[in-house]
Amino acid sequence: MSTSPGNLTRLERQGRTPALLVKKLRSKFAGPFELSVGSGECAAITGPSGSGKSLFLRMIADLDPNEGEVWLNGRERASVAAPEWRKQATYVSAESGWWADTVTEHFPANSRQEVANLSTLLGLRGDLLDAPVGQLSTGEKQRLSLVRALSRNPPVLLLDEPTGPLDEESVNRVEGLLQQRMVSGTSILLVTHDPNQAIRLGHRRYRMMAGHLETA
Amino acid sequence: MTPILLTPFDISVAASLIVLDAVLSIWLRIRLHRQLTIAAARMVVQLVAIGYVLKFIFTLNNPAATLLLILVMVLVAAREVAARPERRFKGHSNLAIGFVSVGFATFVTAILALTTAIRPQPWFDPHYAIPLAGIILGNVLNSASLSLDSFLGSVRRERPGIEARLSLGDSYREAIAPMVRDAIRRGLLPIINQMSAAGIVTLPGIMTGQILAGLDPLEAVKYQILLMFLLSGGSGLAALAVSYLAAWRLTDERQRLRLDRLV
Repeated sequence: MSTSPGNLTRLERQGRTPALLVKKLRSKFAGPFELSVGSGECAAITGPSGSGKSLFLRMIADLDPNEGEVWLNGRERASVAAPEWRKQATYVSAESGWWADTVTEHFPANSRQEVANLSTLLGLRGDLLDAPVGQLSTGEKQRLSLVRALSRNPPVLLLDEPTGPLDEESVNRVEGLLQQRMVSGTSILLVTHDPNQAIRLGHRRYRMMAGHLETA
Repeated sequence: MTPILLTPFDISVAASLIVLDAVLSIWLRIRLHRQLTIAAARMVVQLVAIGYVLKFIFTLNNPAATLLLILVMVLVAAREVAARPERRFKGHSNLAIGFVSVGFATFVTAILALTTAIRPQPWFDPHYAIPLAGIILGNVLNSASLSLDSFLGSVRRERPGIEARLSLGDSYREAIAPMVRDAIRRGLLPIINQMSAAGIVTLPGIMTGQILAGLDPLEAVKYQILLMFLLSGGSGLAALAVSYLAAWRLTDERQRLRLDRLV
């Protein structure tokens, strides 16, 4: 892994490889960005609407055209096929997307038990899995799209306002589950509008201002 | 039975029906008489012009001239395919996709028919090649524009679902497959309807034309059946080509959904 000596992050100085390392990442609309997130850490990003928070997450997931380097556990993104990369650094959008009629069709057939367990942890009724997507509330869709990503166990989660439309009880459940995942080594890049959530979850906090990342 | 040839007088009698339409339009204040007159005049000029062009090319009996005329026809059809969809690619991609898919489908089916079923001597005889290409083009144009319109519309609408699949590690091909399937299905519907209705609801044009020209109805029917098969083949190829080309144009080497390439 190539690093310029003057540009070492705290983790690198300690001799640890950061799980996620972003270098000179930029697109037509935002950047350049520098960031590193250690294994089991959460970097929380706040900032006004339209400042480029979602764009930043989408660039890391390689969903929009961009330039620069992103490293994941010592492997550079360009050396990994795009689908494989997105399985490792999974983006969960603020507005969940669905492509089939019923909820259960969106999960691998062999993951049903795990999906049911995760759903229970997030306070979702068990029968929702067999429901048509059209009958779900916004909050249910949001939590199920998080379950969809979590059930695939990616080492890095890129979460775009995962608790936006949720009530306090559900927010607590989601945060609890994310804390658990971090303990078992998952790294999280979290975009949130709630500064208190950034404090509760973020090991490090950043603020996005007009396409640039500042330490909060 | 020999074909009954029309005199200018016969045609002017029929033209009086256009005058009747125009009078009705003025009388009932439908305000279509201007458009109607212009359309009728355009039709006459265009058809007479193509009549002379065909006559000229038939006398040349030259494969290059035949090919050139067919290419011009393909280009005009491609423009129609490019212009129809509500959503369009930036730049000339729509036209390029239309040209390649319409040209490919038309050439494959026309050459197949000319070299196997119809077999004129020589096989590129413009008497056969040009009308055949024209009929195939008309249908292929319809299929290609319906498929392209359906594909671009549904991809735009289904963007959150497609990107959710990409985010979870599905390949672009997997994520886009349902839209490609729907687009191809959409392009094949008109020819399926046409085949189902043939002979019951409608007497297809070629068959009618050949019967009017004095051919035995059963011989005319054989021609029509051959043509329907050609048209369904052409429609299928065009729908397939246009959908896959549009899908390919909407992604890049990192399997992203590139809606920024649409206007």
